[in-house]
Amino acid sequence: MTGLWLAVLLVGAVSMALKATGPVLLGGEELPAAMQRVVTLMAPTLLAALIATQMFGQGRSLVIDARAVGLVVGAFGVWRKWPTLLVVVLGAAATALTRLVTG
Amino acid sequence: MDSQEALPAEGSAPPQETPAPVRGFREEALYGLRAAVPLAVAVFGFAVSFGIVARAAGMGVLAPVVMSLTTFAGSAQFAAASVLGTGGGVAAAIVAAVLLNSRYLPIGISVAPAMTGGVVKRFLSAQLVVDESWAVGHIGNGRYSRGRLLGAGVLVYAAWVGGTAVGLLGAHYLGDPERFGLDVVSPVLFIALLKGQITSRKALAASILGVAIALALVPFASPGVPLIAATAACLLGLRK
Repeated sequence: MTGLWLAVLLVGAVSMALKATGPVLLGGEELPAAMQRVVTLMAPTLLAALIATQMFGQGRSLVIDARAVGLVVGAFGVWRKWPTLLVVVLGAAATALTRLVTG
Repeated sequence: MDSQEALPAEGSAPPQETPAPVRGFREEALYGLRAAVPLAVAVFGFAVSFGIVARAAGMGVLAPVVMSLTTFAGSAQFAAASVLGTGGGVAAAIVAAVLLNSRYLPIGISVAPAMTGGVVKRFLSAQLVVDESWAVGHIGNGRYSRGRLLGAGVLVYAAWVGGTAVGLLGAHYLGDPERFGLDVVSPVLFIALLKGQITSRKALAASILGVAIALALVPFASPGVPLIAATAACLLGLRK
């Protein structure tokens, strides 16, 4: 089945190229100051956007479901400075429990 | 201990006051590895389900493993498997993968200063930079620790490839990872990491703007596009 292998290899090549572009072209060099200021904002911005889309995105719709319960529990634990592992387990358990109850 | 000069020497002429990693590469890698353990558990769970989905989509056994070894990106692989499973074309699978992985372009630029060594070394190291290792590898002010990136990346990679194999071998008894709430593990950990990264009003503003952009685009754009669009909020950094 050549179509399958073509897809697998091309998707792999594209993904590897996307990841490697920055490090290969700019590796080990300091970024220009303006660029560095932009990059400094990337971790908080992209992390926040990842959290939001992973929590409320469902294909092309926005939903509030059992994930939100775990997120609230987790956020509370982070805010209260509980140990990270405990926070993660509680968040996952809250979501799992909500799914169990709401079927 | 033995390798104290190994890491900080990377940026030969430190501009500004950069928070250089205080430890050697090995210590940083171990730190990253340990920090990534809970993430790796969640990644493993999703890799198992990818294996099951790929098998069901008629991809066989070898192709999904090769995909996990090379693509190493959850959402892109699920998208490709579902496109192929529903009889979609090769082009559609590739477009989905490009869109879903487009954020790795800016992510790659952000870690570039930490990526030292020859071209081959940089190319290979870059493959280990995924959402999870990138989040763990940030040491503040837009600086990244190569040791943490790679330590976390190796563990997450092993979990992803190993989990794929387990799923392909038919580990149905593990059940749907969502049943165990594994889909909230990464977001909750990202919240814990995010808390330490909102260090300025500008970072707070960019984060809120990024979330707004991403959520506003979810109903209208292909998955992956909202994330790359959200990075536009980082342009706030152009203003001093």
